[in-house]
Amino acid sequence: MGKRSIIPYGPQHPVLPEPIHIDLVIEDERVIEAIPSVGFIHRGLESLVDRRDIHQLTYVIERTCGICSFGHGMGYCETMEDIFGVEVPKRAKFLRTIWFELSRMHSHLLWLGLLADAFGYENLFYQCWRIREKVLDLIEMTTGGRVIFSVNKIGGVLKDISPEHLRLIDSSIDDIKAELEVIKKTFIEDSTVQSRLRGIGIITKEQAHALGCAGPVARASGIRCDMRKRGYEAYQFLDFEPIISDAGDCFARCYCRLMEVFQSIDLIHQAIGMIPDETDISIDVKGNPTGESFIRIEQPRGEAVFYVKASGKPHIDRFRLRTPTFANLPGLCEMLKGAELSDVGLMVVTIDPCISCTER
Amino acid sequence: MAKIKKSPWLLHYDGSSCNGCDIEVLACLTPIYDAERFGVMNTGDPMQADIFLITGGINTQNAEVVKQLYNQMPRPKVVVAVGVCACTGGVFKDCYNILGGADTVIPVDIYVPGCAARPQSIIDGIVQAVELFQKRSDEHDKEMKNKGREAS
Ligand code: SF4
Repeated sequence: MGKRSIIPYGPQHPVLPEPIHIDLVIEDERVIEAIPSVGFIHRGLESLVDRRDIHQLTYVIERTCGICSFGHGMGYCETMEDIFGVEVPKRAKFLRTIWFELSRMHSHLLWLGLLADAFGYENLFYQCWRIREKVLDLIEMTTGGRVIFSVNKIGGVLKDISPEHLRLIDSSIDDIKAELEVIKKTFIEDSTVQSRLRGIGIITKEQAHALGCAGPVARASGIRCDMRKRGYEAYQFLDFEPIISDAGDCFARCYCRLMEVFQSIDLIHQAIGMIPDETDISIDVKGNPTGESFIRIEQPRGEAVFYVKASGKPHIDRFRLRTPTFANLPGLCEMLKGAELSDVGLMVVTIDPCISCTER
Repeated sequence: MAKIKKSPWLLHYDGSSCNGCDIEVLACLTPIYDAERFGVMNTGDPMQADIFLITGGINTQNAEVVKQLYNQMPRPKVVVAVGVCACTGGVFKDCYNILGGADTVIPVDIYVPGCAARPQSIIDGIVQAVELFQKRSDEHDKEMKNKGREAS
């Protein structure tokens, strides 16, 4: 038996831009235990509820995370709409769906790039980010922002997408699809990538279930969970099936996310085909509501849970958010046990950690 | 060292940002915006870095980390605060855990505004930082020379 030593991993390290700190207890080259410590990005965002009114809060909550900002804003608005007891116009639902899927595409492409970088394919990293820029261009064209686009409001959306822009999105995502087909080959077929990802960091279905994993991590272990199937916004009208793989290793997680980009493209096509030709994109909500609500949505990283308690005052009483990365961290710690030290970076990347969501 | 501005190295650290600015900083380094054409290179090692890009505000836990990273960088060095969070604390200014912008713990030279800061303005910040870095290193050289003369 070798000597045990502890290697501190992070908070400043080259794999992720975000600070995550893990103490790795290793014996020779094997990780025996992984102890995460958090708090480097904790801001105390949820405490702002007593200083910002319900409408201003939309913009604060959106800044929980810059990668899935649209989803956070939308989740909060949905929760408030539920408390107000209003239903947003149908066109707004479709617009939200289109933007949400675009942001899922940009999030997954970003992740694919980071993964490529983690296994040493720098060019592939650049290719993913180049394609991602095209998605960002579409987002910028329709909303004016690149990563934080603040188009949600309680009761609908702030901006409409013109028919020309819808057509342009429709054709641009086909171009993106064609380019994706090229990089897909490398991710799925390249033998070096395979040897780096297959059989590494396995989470079985039972483990994933017991540890409460969410999103692509759970789906890659064969659990059929996708909150979009709940049918919020326009998902009730769209036809899709969650993408599942059952190997539960790094490759499966890569596969799931890659295929979800294609799925998003398909969903946007469907949504654009079905979007109603109305002028109403939002309804006015007035007053200070009373009530509690609880909403679950599917973020790019998995299921996010929003909770709001309001009691008739200009400020809500409590806002709470359970983020997908928080659900996936136990999975990561399990995965790291017994791993080779050189695979640690790769495993951390494959759960797609978003620390700023988790610590808020 | 007249041409040092052709090759400074960048260190990026995410304070308590929301990620929005981080991914824009990363996007700057990819071929579309390609900040590397100004000679800068991204590094993960503070000991080799000349320009420190910091995103996000300072909170009680990362204050020490930021100070440490800054102190580990060799002189001369330039600090660029990217995004309103790093400039002043931004939307999170009133949060209980936020002490303020990056300048609460380290001296900041260049402030890049925006939430999220656009790649164009980040590149502008980098270009200004490169100029400033050249100036500082000239001064540093002079100082060293003078010291050498005094000693001999
Ligand atoms: S300035 Fe805005 S986008 Fe940048 S880290 Fe702060 S909240 Fe996020």
